[in-house]
Amino acid sequence: MPQFTYREAIRHALAEELTRDKNVVVMGEEVAQFNGAYKVTEGLLAKFGPNRIVDTPISEAGFIGMGIGASMLGVRPVMELMFWSFYSVAFDQILNNAANVRYMSGGQINCPIVIRGPANGGTNVGATHSHTPENVLANHPGVKVVVPATAADAKGLLKSAIRDNDPVFFLENTLLYGEKGEVPEGEHIVPLGLADVKREGTDLTIVTYGRCVLHSLAAASILEKEHDISVEVVDLRTIRPLDIDTVLKSVAKTHRVLIVEEQKPFASVGSQLAYMIQREAFDELDGPIHRLATIDAPAIYSPPVETEQLPNPQRVLKAALAAVA
Amino acid sequence: MISPRADKHFTVSKIHRPSVSKKTTATAEKKAVSPAPSKAKGANPHAQAPINAKLTRDAKIELHRKMVRIRRFEERSLRAYQAKKIGGFLHLYIGQEAVAVGCCSLMGKHDHVITAYRDHGHAIAVGMDTKPLMAELYGKATGCSKGKGGSMHYFDPTRNFWGGHGIVGGQIPLGVGLAYGVKYQGHKGAAMAFMGDGAVNQGAVHEAYNLAALWSLPCVFVIENNGYSMGTSQARSSAGELAKRAEGYHMAWGQCSGHDLYEVRATMDKFLTEAREKHKPAVVEIVTYRYRGHSVADPDNTYRSKQEIEEYRKTKDPIQVFQNQLLSEGVLDEALIEKIDTEARAEADTAADFSEASPFPTPDDIQKDVYWETDNPSERKSQGRLFFD
Repeated sequence: MPQFTYREAIRHALAEELTRDKNVVVMGEEVAQFNGAYKVTEGLLAKFGPNRIVDTPISEAGFIGMGIGASMLGVRPVMELMFWSFYSVAFDQILNNAANVRYMSGGQINCPIVIRGPANGGTNVGATHSHTPENVLANHPGVKVVVPATAADAKGLLKSAIRDNDPVFFLENTLLYGEKGEVPEGEHIVPLGLADVKREGTDLTIVTYGRCVLHSLAAASILEKEHDISVEVVDLRTIRPLDIDTVLKSVAKTHRVLIVEEQKPFASVGSQLAYMIQREAFDELDGPIHRLATIDAPAIYSPPVETEQLPNPQRVLKAALAAVA
Repeated sequence: MISPRADKHFTVSKIHRPSVSKKTTATAEKKAVSPAPSKAKGANPHAQAPINAKLTRDAKIELHRKMVRIRRFEERSLRAYQAKKIGGFLHLYIGQEAVAVGCCSLMGKHDHVITAYRDHGHAIAVGMDTKPLMAELYGKATGCSKGKGGSMHYFDPTRNFWGGHGIVGGQIPLGVGLAYGVKYQGHKGAAMAFMGDGAVNQGAVHEAYNLAALWSLPCVFVIENNGYSMGTSQARSSAGELAKRAEGYHMAWGQCSGHDLYEVRATMDKFLTEAREKHKPAVVEIVTYRYRGHSVADPDNTYRSKQEIEEYRKTKDPIQVFQNQLLSEGVLDEALIEKIDTEARAEADTAADFSEASPFPTPDDIQKDVYWETDNPSERKSQGRLFFD
């Protein structure tokens, strides 16, 4: 199977969908002439032209709102946020307009928009550029939220997102853009709302998503080699819709749970997961549900310390040992 | 004392176009369009504007009827609100009818409308049936949004009406998106993005102006200036002339009276034609007045005088102004005026009776119309849970 970077996989998904459906347009800051702030859209302008690949001013409320309006008419815009952190200046457009317009119109209007871009810490850019808003987004009925961890998932999920008739928010990660992985050849689609067991195990279930999948897999290897602990890693891939069934199946197998997430702890995705697991698999649990999250403070700048603020393999290892103790 | 109102200056509609020469500054030409010659002294020059001159007698009667229907619908809804049949907010359009009716009467197949929360007039103007509109206010399942949107959230995409939006200025980027869609899909049409005078200070509005001008999108931004952003007068909220801000984006702009339906049509026709034919966006400020409070919850005794309201009602009421115009043209007579009014009152009562008799949505309906996928389960592609408890 060919290997591609996460960045290339997203680009291939965009190119394939642009080719398949003339209603698809890619818009955002620096997506065209500059070839993408993170080079995700590199070469797309040359291939598809300025009507399909559109540079926008730095004007998130304006252009995201514009994309939402266009999507109501049947255009299928894929909007790039240079950082998902900038969602806050377009909050009204994203979470009042895109999330609610179908409901408030009694189902008369669809909003088939995709908003994508990186949402992660760990790059020493300070608190304003390091938000991970998947919990905030997923708190709004009417939207779908995707956080892929691998190149293959990024491609397959983005293609599903673009074909989806509901608004889909697609959260990437700048630290994953260069990560290589196998991507199936030909039409590769991953349905939204389907978790993936990235590693099978019997002693502990780690439920995670995004870059924390990589940390969890790294920790799982050490746990197996050095501690003889067999860890199952469940990658949610999509936050909403949520594949809780795959999580519960794994809990029924291992009876112990650690949630790992690059989220601030309060009312996080993990909070929701912990509620659902205790509610639906209480009798399967041999101990309390554990969680490893970002240390609860705005993102610190200091490079070596930021690594410690976020989940990392060592922190996952420590948390896993506590969860099975 | 009557507060100074900007519309005293707008006896003639004005149109400003950005200079085409790069050597000149972006200052708009301040040349007022000369009114067409009138036959009789004191006659309305806008009646002779081509877009109005070509109206048939029946079309003129229908324009009048639409304004009366909006007025009676809203008066009936106010009574229902006072009788506690309607919850939440009720922002009445009474006094502004000529704006929505005039603008929407110009719509072609690929023209679109989006507005803010004072949306009853626009909904009726684009042709929505008043029964589901009233039922929506009552929160009934037969409402135009199945009782899920309420007064501020009327929609009818089959009539190119995209709401009905509650956040001041938040709909304006969507309006630019409609214009983008029209252009992208290769249609000849324009979007009218309506806002109140209070919206002009929202950042999203300026972002939308910039995008429309930058990308030559066929969007006409319509500022319905009723003088007050809620209870704050224009003088206390906005610096400078509202539509003139278009100059900062090198857009054409205009001002006209919203008390005269002919003037609204004559002014908007020019800008809509430019938008449709040449993808030129513009900002049009239509000066109007609301007789009721910001919403029904507004006691309306803190920021303007009763005398001011009365003055408008006596001299500038858009229904009265147009009615007098059509009387002078011999289109209307007293009997027909009476008939139209009686029918409009009966229609409003019928809408209220329909709403009264309609069922409320059920708790089972709460989670419908949230996702396209769950409403179309046979076509669902995603898996997993979409709703939580």
